[in-house]
Amino acid sequence: MAEQKAFEVAGKWGFGDEAQHHIAMAVREAAVNAVLHGNAYDPNKKFFIAYEMTAESMVITVTDQGKGLDPQSIPDPLAPENLLKASGRGIFLIRSFMDEVTIKNLDPGTEITLVKHRGHEAANSKEE
Amino acid sequence: MTLKATNRQVDGVSIVDLNGRITLGEGSVILRDAVRDLLSKGRKCILLNLADVTYIDSSGIGELVSAYTSVRNQAGELKLLKLTKKVHDLLQITKLYTVFDVRDDEAEAIESFTKKSA
Repeated sequence: MAEQKAFEVAGKWGFGDEAQHHIAMAVREAAVNAVLHGNAYDPNKKFFIAYEMTAESMVITVTDQGKGLDPQSIPDPLAPENLLKASGRGIFLIRSFMDEVTIKNLDPGTEITLVKHRGHEAANSKEE
Repeated sequence: MTLKATNRQVDGVSIVDLNGRITLGEGSVILRDAVRDLLSKGRKCILLNLADVTYIDSSGIGELVSAYTSVRNQAGELKLLKLTKKVHDLLQITKLYTVFDVRDDEAEAIESFTKKSA
Protein backbone atom coordinates (compact mmCIF):
# COMPACT_ATOMS: atom_id res chain seq x y z
CA MET A 1 0.00 0.00 0.00
CA ALA A 2 2.79 2.43 0.98
CA GLU A 3 4.69 1.32 -2.08
CA GLN A 4 1.76 1.96 -4.43
CA LYS A 5 1.11 5.38 -2.91
CA ALA A 6 4.79 6.33 -3.25
CA PHE A 7 4.78 5.18 -6.88
CA GLU A 8 1.72 7.31 -7.62
CA VAL A 9 3.05 10.39 -5.82
CA ALA A 10 6.41 10.13 -7.57
CA GLY A 11 4.66 9.83 -10.94
CA LYS A 12 2.42 12.77 -10.18
CA TRP A 13 5.47 14.84 -9.35
CA GLY A 14 7.12 14.02 -12.64
CA PHE A 15 9.56 11.22 -11.91
CA GLY A 16 10.03 8.67 -14.67
CA ASP A 17 9.36 4.93 -14.51
CA GLU A 18 12.72 3.86 -13.12
CA ALA A 19 12.85 6.61 -10.49
CA GLN A 20 9.24 5.84 -9.54
CA HIS A 21 10.16 2.18 -9.08
CA HIS A 22 13.20 3.05 -6.97
CA ILE A 23 11.28 5.51 -4.79
CA ALA A 24 8.42 3.04 -4.30
CA MET A 25 10.80 0.25 -3.39
CA ALA A 26 12.70 2.44 -0.92
CA VAL A 27 9.43 3.48 0.75
CA ARG A 28 8.28 -0.13 0.90
CA GLU A 29 11.54 -1.21 2.56
CA ALA A 30 11.36 1.69 5.03
CA ALA A 31 7.72 0.87 5.87
CA VAL A 32 8.52 -2.82 6.35
CA ASN A 33 11.41 -1.88 8.65
CA ALA A 34 9.11 0.42 10.62
CA VAL A 35 6.55 -2.32 11.20
CA LEU A 36 8.89 -5.28 11.71
CA HIS A 37 12.02 -3.91 13.31
CA GLY A 38 10.70 -0.61 14.65
CA ASN A 39 7.26 -1.32 16.01
CA ALA A 40 8.00 -5.04 16.24
CA TYR A 41 4.47 -5.91 15.03
CA ASP A 42 2.96 -4.15 18.07
CA PRO A 43 -0.64 -3.36 16.99
CA ASN A 44 -0.73 -0.42 19.41
CA LYS A 45 2.13 1.30 17.64
CA LYS A 46 1.78 3.23 14.42
CA PHE A 47 4.03 4.38 11.65
CA PHE A 48 3.69 7.47 9.53
CA ILE A 49 4.75 8.38 6.01
CA ALA A 50 4.92 12.02 4.93
CA TYR A 51 5.63 13.29 1.42
CA GLU A 52 6.99 16.70 0.58
CA MET A 53 7.98 18.09 -2.79
CA THR A 54 10.46 20.91 -2.87
CA ALA A 55 11.77 22.70 -5.94
CA GLU A 56 14.73 20.33 -6.06
CA SER A 57 13.63 17.09 -4.46
CA MET A 58 11.02 14.66 -3.28
CA VAL A 59 11.38 14.18 0.47
CA ILE A 60 9.73 11.22 2.20
CA THR A 61 9.78 10.74 5.95
CA VAL A 62 8.91 7.40 7.54
CA THR A 63 8.52 7.42 11.31
CA ASP A 64 7.82 4.55 13.68
CA GLN A 65 7.19 4.30 17.42
CA GLY A 66 9.67 1.53 18.17
CA LYS A 67 12.72 1.40 20.37
CA GLY A 68 14.95 3.22 17.90
CA LEU A 69 17.67 2.17 15.50
CA ASP A 70 21.38 2.77 15.66
CA PRO A 71 22.50 3.14 12.02
CA GLN A 72 26.04 2.20 13.04
CA SER A 73 24.80 -1.21 14.14
CA ILE A 74 23.62 -2.22 10.67
CA PRO A 75 26.00 -4.79 9.17
CA ASP A 76 27.31 -4.25 5.64
CA PRO A 77 25.38 -6.75 3.47
CA LEU A 78 28.15 -6.65 0.86
CA ALA A 79 30.79 -7.90 3.28
CA PRO A 80 31.83 -11.44 2.33
CA GLU A 81 30.68 -12.82 5.69
CA ASN A 82 27.20 -11.31 5.17
CA LEU A 83 26.69 -11.97 1.49
CA LEU A 84 24.76 -15.21 2.02
CA LYS A 85 22.67 -13.96 4.91
CA ALA A 86 18.92 -14.15 4.39
CA SER A 87 18.23 -10.66 5.76
CA GLY A 88 19.81 -7.27 6.35
CA ARG A 89 19.54 -5.69 2.89
CA GLY A 90 16.63 -3.29 3.43
CA ILE A 91 18.55 -0.18 4.50
CA PHE A 92 21.23 -0.93 1.91
CA LEU A 93 18.61 -1.00 -0.88
CA ILE A 94 17.08 2.23 0.40
CA ARG A 95 20.49 3.91 0.30
CA SER A 96 21.10 2.50 -3.19
CA PHE A 97 17.85 3.81 -4.61
CA MET A 98 17.66 7.25 -3.01
CA ASP A 99 20.01 10.23 -3.32
CA GLU A 100 20.11 11.01 0.39
CA VAL A 101 19.08 8.93 3.39
CA THR A 102 19.09 10.12 6.99
CA ILE A 103 18.27 7.92 9.96
CA LYS A 104 17.39 9.70 13.17
CA ASN A 105 16.86 8.01 16.51
CA LEU A 106 13.89 9.72 18.17
CA ASP A 107 14.22 7.77 21.41
CA PRO A 108 11.73 6.23 21.24
CA GLY A 109 11.09 5.70 17.55
CA THR A 110 13.06 6.07 14.38
CA GLU A 111 12.69 8.63 11.63
CA ILE A 112 14.14 7.82 8.24
CA THR A 113 14.22 10.56 5.64
CA LEU A 114 14.51 9.63 1.99
CA VAL A 115 15.41 12.23 -0.61
CA LYS A 116 15.25 11.86 -4.39
CA HIS A 117 16.46 14.82 -6.40
CA ARG A 118 14.53 15.99 -9.40
CA GLY A 119 16.20 14.86 -12.55
CA HIS A 120 15.84 16.23 -16.03
CA GLU A 121 12.61 14.26 -16.59
CA ALA A 122 10.96 15.77 -13.51
CA ALA A 123 12.09 19.27 -14.38
CA ASN A 124 10.42 18.96 -17.77
CA SER A 125 7.11 17.76 -16.43
CA LYS A 126 7.08 20.60 -13.91
CA GLU A 127 6.22 22.94 -16.74
CA GLU A 128 3.06 21.03 -17.70
CA MET B 1 -0.27 -10.20 -7.43
CA THR B 2 0.44 -13.36 -5.46
CA LEU B 3 3.37 -15.52 -6.44
CA LYS B 4 2.59 -18.71 -8.31
CA ALA B 5 5.11 -21.53 -8.46
CA THR B 6 4.73 -24.33 -11.00
CA ASN B 7 7.10 -27.29 -11.16
CA ARG B 8 8.13 -29.32 -14.16
CA GLN B 9 10.85 -31.92 -14.63
CA VAL B 10 13.15 -31.77 -17.63
CA ASP B 11 16.10 -34.16 -18.02
CA GLY B 12 16.59 -34.61 -14.28
CA VAL B 13 16.26 -30.91 -13.50
CA SER B 14 13.37 -29.44 -11.53
CA ILE B 15 12.30 -26.20 -13.14
CA VAL B 16 10.18 -23.91 -10.99
CA ASP B 17 8.34 -21.34 -13.06
CA LEU B 18 7.64 -18.38 -10.81
CA ASN B 19 5.03 -15.81 -11.67
CA GLY B 20 4.28 -12.69 -9.63
CA ARG B 21 5.98 -10.94 -6.73
CA ILE B 22 8.54 -12.40 -4.33
CA THR B 23 8.03 -10.19 -1.32
CA LEU B 24 7.81 -10.41 2.44
CA GLY B 25 5.04 -12.78 3.49
CA GLU B 26 3.18 -14.95 1.04
CA GLY B 27 5.53 -14.63 -1.94
CA SER B 28 8.60 -15.57 0.07
CA VAL B 29 6.77 -18.43 1.78
CA ILE B 30 5.58 -19.88 -1.53
CA LEU B 31 9.14 -19.89 -2.88
CA ARG B 32 10.47 -21.42 0.35
CA ASP B 33 7.83 -24.16 0.31
CA ALA B 34 8.46 -24.94 -3.36
CA VAL B 35 12.18 -25.44 -2.79
CA ARG B 36 11.67 -27.39 0.45
CA ASP B 37 9.17 -29.66 -1.28
CA LEU B 38 11.63 -30.46 -4.06
CA LEU B 39 14.47 -31.12 -1.61
CA SER B 40 12.25 -33.40 0.48
CA LYS B 41 11.70 -35.49 -2.65
CA GLY B 42 15.41 -35.70 -3.27
CA ARG B 43 15.33 -33.31 -6.20
CA LYS B 44 18.51 -31.35 -5.82
CA CYS B 45 18.94 -29.84 -9.28
CA ILE B 46 16.69 -26.81 -9.22
CA LEU B 47 16.30 -24.10 -11.82
CA LEU B 48 14.23 -21.09 -10.76
CA ASN B 49 12.66 -19.44 -13.79
CA LEU B 50 12.25 -15.77 -12.87
CA ALA B 51 11.09 -14.57 -16.29
CA ASP B 52 7.65 -13.65 -14.94
CA VAL B 53 8.72 -12.31 -11.58
CA THR B 54 7.48 -8.75 -11.66
CA TYR B 55 8.86 -7.53 -8.36
CA ILE B 56 11.22 -8.65 -5.63
CA ASP B 57 12.04 -6.93 -2.35
CA SER B 58 14.84 -7.41 0.18
CA SER B 59 12.91 -10.26 1.77
CA GLY B 60 12.55 -11.92 -1.63
CA ILE B 61 16.28 -11.55 -2.25
CA GLY B 62 16.86 -13.13 1.15
CA GLU B 63 14.58 -16.00 0.19
CA LEU B 64 16.56 -16.62 -3.00
CA VAL B 65 19.75 -16.69 -0.91
CA SER B 66 18.15 -19.10 1.58
CA ALA B 67 17.02 -21.35 -1.25
CA TYR B 68 20.54 -21.30 -2.68
CA THR B 69 22.19 -22.21 0.64
CA SER B 70 19.56 -24.87 1.47
CA VAL B 71 20.13 -26.62 -1.84
CA ARG B 72 23.90 -26.26 -1.62
CA ASN B 73 23.90 -27.66 1.93
CA GLN B 74 22.29 -30.80 0.53
CA ALA B 75 24.97 -31.08 -2.13
CA GLY B 76 22.57 -29.86 -4.80
CA GLU B 77 22.62 -27.07 -7.36
CA LEU B 78 20.26 -24.12 -7.63
CA LYS B 79 20.43 -21.80 -10.64
CA LEU B 80 18.45 -18.84 -11.85
CA LEU B 81 16.92 -18.47 -15.31
CA LYS B 82 15.81 -15.41 -17.26
CA LEU B 83 16.09 -12.48 -14.90
CA THR B 84 14.08 -9.38 -15.64
CA LYS B 85 16.05 -6.13 -15.69
CA LYS B 86 14.76 -5.15 -12.25
CA VAL B 87 15.81 -8.44 -10.67
CA HIS B 88 19.11 -8.40 -12.54
CA ASP B 89 19.84 -4.90 -11.24
CA LEU B 90 18.99 -5.92 -7.67
CA LEU B 91 21.33 -8.90 -7.81
CA GLN B 92 24.04 -6.66 -9.24
CA ILE B 93 23.88 -4.03 -6.51
CA THR B 94 23.69 -6.65 -3.76
CA LYS B 95 26.72 -8.44 -5.28
CA LEU B 96 24.70 -11.65 -5.55
CA TYR B 97 24.93 -11.81 -9.31
CA THR B 98 28.34 -13.42 -8.91
CA VAL B 99 27.05 -15.87 -6.29
CA PHE B 100 24.22 -17.29 -8.37
CA ASP B 101 24.67 -19.14 -11.61
CA VAL B 102 22.39 -17.08 -13.85
CA ARG B 103 21.31 -18.36 -17.27
CA ASP B 104 19.27 -16.91 -20.11
CA ASP B 105 18.62 -20.05 -22.13
CA GLU B 106 16.65 -22.92 -20.59
CA ALA B 107 18.20 -25.75 -22.61
CA GLU B 108 21.69 -24.46 -21.90
CA ALA B 109 20.82 -24.07 -18.22
CA ILE B 110 19.58 -27.67 -18.00
CA GLU B 111 22.72 -28.88 -19.71
CA SER B 112 24.90 -26.99 -17.22
CA PHE B 113 23.76 -29.01 -14.19
CA THR B 114 26.48 -31.47 -13.26
CA LYS B 115 24.64 -33.54 -10.66
CA LYS B 116 21.57 -34.50 -12.62
CA SER B 117 19.82 -37.72 -11.63
CA ALA B 118 18.61 -40.08 -14.31
